[in-house]
Amino acid sequence: MKFIDVVQFAAASLRGSRARTLLMILAMSIGVAAVVVLTALGEGARRYVINQFSSLGTNLVLVFPGRTETAGIGPGMLLGQIPRELSLDDAQALLRSRAVGRIAPLTIGSSQISRNAKNREVIVLGSTYNLLVIRHMSLGQGQFLPAGDVHSSESICVLGAKINRELFGNESGVGKQIRLGDRRFRVIGVMTSQGESMGFNTDEIVIVPVASAHILFNTSGLFRILVEARSRDTIEQAKKDVEIILFARHNGEKDVTVVTQDAVLATFDRILRALTLAVGGIAAISLAVAGILIMNVMLIAVSQRVQEIGLLKALGAPAAQIRNLFFTEAVLLSGVGSAVGLILGEAGVLVIARIYPSLPVAAPWWAVLAAIFISLGTGILFSVWPARSAARLDPVTALAGR
Amino acid sequence: MIELLNISRSFTVGDQQVTALRDINLNIGAGDYVSIMGPSGSGKSTLLNLIGLLDRPTSGVYRIDGGNVTDLNDEQQARVRSEKIGFVFQSFHLVPRLSARMNIELPLMLAGVAVDQRRARVEELLKNYGLTDRADHRPDQLSGGQRQRVAIARATSMRPSVLLADEPTGNLDQTTGREVINLLEQLTEQNVTLILVTHDPALGSRAKRQLHMVDGQIVSLTESSR
Repeated sequence: MKFIDVVQFAAASLRGSRARTLLMILAMSIGVAAVVVLTALGEGARRYVINQFSSLGTNLVLVFPGRTETAGIGPGMLLGQIPRELSLDDAQALLRSRAVGRIAPLTIGSSQISRNAKNREVIVLGSTYNLLVIRHMSLGQGQFLPAGDVHSSESICVLGAKINRELFGNESGVGKQIRLGDRRFRVIGVMTSQGESMGFNTDEIVIVPVASAHILFNTSGLFRILVEARSRDTIEQAKKDVEIILFARHNGEKDVTVVTQDAVLATFDRILRALTLAVGGIAAISLAVAGILIMNVMLIAVSQRVQEIGLLKALGAPAAQIRNLFFTEAVLLSGVGSAVGLILGEAGVLVIARIYPSLPVAAPWWAVLAAIFISLGTGILFSVWPARSAARLDPVTALAGR
Repeated sequence: MIELLNISRSFTVGDQQVTALRDINLNIGAGDYVSIMGPSGSGKSTLLNLIGLLDRPTSGVYRIDGGNVTDLNDEQQARVRSEKIGFVFQSFHLVPRLSARMNIELPLMLAGVAVDQRRARVEELLKNYGLTDRADHRPDQLSGGQRQRVAIARATSMRPSVLLADEPTGNLDQTTGREVINLLEQLTEQNVTLILVTHDPALGSRAKRQLHMVDGQIVSLTESSR
């Protein structure tokens, strides 16, 4: 029997029982579409997080005070010491490393901002000129903090877009005076609206020179030091240098935590990849269920077509050929099912992308391949038994329809 | 060309051994017209199935064209069926979803005959059996006589040397039954061996050789002068 005849015969018998065929294709395609859509969502979430991270800056090393000890209580705690703060001089000292390109010290606090009768609570960031560059922020009007001496506590500020709107309406606040707490500040710039990024809305902050923030909040410590390595290759060197410099400055006490952004990113990447796999795996179970369904329906088909099988044997079809016919039917079913499922899945992905444009959904190629392989695989695997039982029928009893 | 030597066939039903055929010895030549008659349960259908290689004897030797086919494996027997034997059944056994044309084409397709060769052969058969204008109808759109004509066309599509007919008129009225028998008898003139199972004496007596079976044995073998 020629291959094309086998396929045509199988296709004809699938067309012969339309409702059954359509239902099986539906089951298979839902399984495949589920795998495609769910992995696309997982992958989308992963890419979303990575994009968010890279919008925070590139080649970053983060320094924060205190050390997360996982090995019990540190000696300092027994003596009742609190971790030493990170000072502005610590931050400046980091520039001695060749691997470090730029640094931006960061102090954070909240304060009352007011202009005439309007006032509200805002988050105040104390930093330097480099924050703009390192964090890839963009300035709408006016200027950012000047690049001069970090110790200068000028009373100037840069407003987030929303704060500006609330205090000045549609006008620009550049050149005007506002009050932060009990101090007067002159607005020198307004940020463009960038929306939320990692749960931190840059539209609703006020940025002042770090020294001014120290005075405002009456501290001398830093909340973070953002360190930008010169290049991707020097990130690890920068991290090491930062540790050495700070330990030396803190009398050998390891009381700061230094992490690279890459390490944080890699962790998220791993978690979300595992999540995508898990979700895809759950969807793959529905494919296996579809495979069992195909087996069931093929078994019914065999019992419904006993006479036909007997006839084929009488007409000179050997067992192998009959096995082949039923096998081809199942493969066609799962093949068409997975093709329809792919189309449905990709359509679903398009719809999701339309509804949530910020989520970069796209089914990863490995998930698409896996879905096709699993659906074809289950189709083939689960058709073996029905095909064998068809081929094994005794022609005499089969012809009698028993 | 068909030789049966000491053929026996027994079945196990429950814990009982039932013998359907006892020690059958039979020779049928090329172009013979043989009818097998007998009451139901006499073993005539079992004999036909054995000759058609759908069943295997419990003991004995079966030769076709001098070659022993008893010991052939499933695939080899299928090939013999495909090349040498045609079946016509009481209930036609047409594939319901396939057109008359495709039903006739089925044995050629299973045997892997090339498409253009197949087409030519099927058109010839459709013409011979007066089915040309019914070629694209499905079996449920055909009358009983037309269905059996399709079945005969299918049985002869591979030009078999033996045609086995099991009550071919059983589901037909008298006139169409007569037409079908005429068609089958015409085939014997082309040197096809026709073996006809029937319980209708009027039909059976038309054959040149008439076998009467009772309890799995051939009790009489009549040679008709006709």
